[in-house]
Amino acid sequence: MNTNDRLTIAGREFKSRLWVGTGKYKNFIETQKAIEASGADVVTVAVRRVNITDRSKENLLDYLDPKKYIILPNTAGCYTVEDAVRYARLARAAGVSDLVKLEVLGDEKTLFPDTAGLIEAAKILIKEGFIVLPYTNDDPIVAKKLVDIGCPAVMPLAAPIGSGLGIRNPYNLKIIMEQVKVPIIVDAGVGTASDAALAMEYGADAVLMNTAIAGAQDPIAMAEAMKYAVHAGRLAYKAGRIPRKLYATASSPIEGML
Amino acid sequence: MVESIQIQVNGESRSWRAGATVGELLRELDITSERVAVELNLEILDRKEFDRRGIKDGDRLEILSFIGGGSLNRKVTPAMGDVIRSGR
Repeated sequence: MNTNDRLTIAGREFKSRLWVGTGKYKNFIETQKAIEASGADVVTVAVRRVNITDRSKENLLDYLDPKKYIILPNTAGCYTVEDAVRYARLARAAGVSDLVKLEVLGDEKTLFPDTAGLIEAAKILIKEGFIVLPYTNDDPIVAKKLVDIGCPAVMPLAAPIGSGLGIRNPYNLKIIMEQVKVPIIVDAGVGTASDAALAMEYGADAVLMNTAIAGAQDPIAMAEAMKYAVHAGRLAYKAGRIPRKLYATASSPIEGML
Repeated sequence: MVESIQIQVNGESRSWRAGATVGELLRELDITSERVAVELNLEILDRKEFDRRGIKDGDRLEILSFIGGGSLNRKVTPAMGDVIRSGR
């Protein structure tokens, strides 16, 4: 890909427009191989209690070279502003950067974002110097508010987390992409490669996924498929597609026919 | 004989020796301090403080690290860590 076509967020440059989660894999070797195959340079991680009773257990970070990957901690599993803020602070204390993928979830069944809580938590964390990348609904007004309070990118969902439904509301996503002048990372709900390509064709700046890769029958092959899909979608977006027309337009000239 | 104290580490009660620091606790639990966050009675400690902060009887410590995660880990496998319930 054209090396000038780099994604930049809050002054940081990202090599890949595909970002991946690290959950739900069979083991760390599979995680490592899938991430490698995806070409992603941003990987999301969760913050959890260390297993203190059995120290023989390996750590994910043993398998992810910090020089190769940008570790993006999330606040997954947090349903309140207080919890999300607490986990973000813990992530910063455990890690090396101010980056956080902020999630404040509304309920366990849909895992939809609690957007009121999200805005509140984002305000607190931005004041504390965090670079907040908010996981939000496909709601253009909420996206605008998040940008107004200082989020350097927004991460609207395509569909519920882990649902694999693909982009349920392309028109809202398009409105967000038009109205919001920061990078848009479509996060959650991707099912297969064409979903990722479509998100990029609509004009998303990047796509973040976990289950679509980790849950595939062959996660490493799917990771590679996603790499090409995101790449192809980006190229198609930059190239500019032809308009849709109801009737045919001949590709071959009429002149010279018998 | 060293006096012992009762503390909570990641939700479990433990006896520890009085006068130990957070840094000593981590080393004795074989935990690499570069990769963890430590919360002592809900206060997140700066890594530089680990060797200065002493542990007292009744202290509650949480030691956390990064695990595999995408958008949610509702079913975290035991090998990857324990799920924390929100709230206390």
